[in-house]
Amino acid sequence: MRPVYLIPLALFLFFAGVAGYQLTQPKQVNIPSQMIERELPEFSLEPALEGMPGASRADFIGGKPKLLNIWASWCVPCIAEAPHLERLKQEGVEIIGVAVRDRPEAVEGFLARYGNPYSRIGADDISELMLEIGASGVPETYVIDAEGNIRYQHIGDIRENHVEMLLEKLEEAA
Amino acid sequence: MRVIIAFLALIAAPLASPTLAQSSMPPAPYAYTQLDDPVLEAEATALMETLRCLKCQSQSIADSDAPMAGDMRHQVRSRLLAGESPDQVRDWLTQRYGDYVSYEPTVSATTWPLFAIPVLLLLIVGAVLLRRLGRRSSDSEMGA
Repeated sequence: MRPVYLIPLALFLFFAGVAGYQLTQPKQVNIPSQMIERELPEFSLEPALEGMPGASRADFIGGKPKLLNIWASWCVPCIAEAPHLERLKQEGVEIIGVAVRDRPEAVEGFLARYGNPYSRIGADDISELMLEIGASGVPETYVIDAEGNIRYQHIGDIRENHVEMLLEKLEEAA
Repeated sequence: MRVIIAFLALIAAPLASPTLAQSSMPPAPYAYTQLDDPVLEAEATALMETLRCLKCQSQSIADSDAPMAGDMRHQVRSRLLAGESPDQVRDWLTQRYGDYVSYEPTVSATTWPLFAIPVLLLLIVGAVLLRRLGRRSSDSEMGA
């Protein structure tokens, strides 16, 4: 048999191999935002609970770079990141929160239980800001510089080892 | 009894995973409400079938019941109602999520092989076939 006849078999084995390998890999669920290094879109959200201000683009302008933390009281990983947000706050970082599809009483309960690292919390009842900024889940955290540009996106909960990294990103954005 | 509880817990464990956590908020106004104008609604439906749900990923936002898909449908309908064209709405989302949000393959720098390879394969098959058929007919001519 001429070796050329083995080409289709080799191709088939190659594709079967690629497919088989991909099946064993965990599904890639992170969809990075295309808004990094671009301007934070204009937005203005009502307060997510009584007694705290809401959030808008203007709140990010001036001063030091800030964190925009998109979270929700119904989101389980948000509980895990709460102590690390608290640490970032203690390091002097201003964290502006956006509560996605959340009720004021649920937000209040969450903050009472897990602490409140936020200077303001806007209510994103119909995922408006999420879609504007290119977020695809909760929690997500963005570094916004003093000119209102999006400098970095962290997808998923902030773990202990992410705190230093975020502090560096904030430093870079200054 | 303990074994049964452990077994039930095992079955229920994936249900508690964070990706399935959802809010109890009512859907956005235009998530499940059609537009009054049937022409606009038809445009909206056509567009929604070509946009990927970011939460469920293997469904279009027209097919998904995820809250975020509802919020995306609200954006599509209210933007069309405000006078934007379907292409403008599609571009608005692609600017934010890249090609990922498109549930209809478009030709781009990364996706062109998807379209080029089948054409190339067809050309190769055609060429091989022509050569063979050509050879056979010339063979039979010689035999005749």
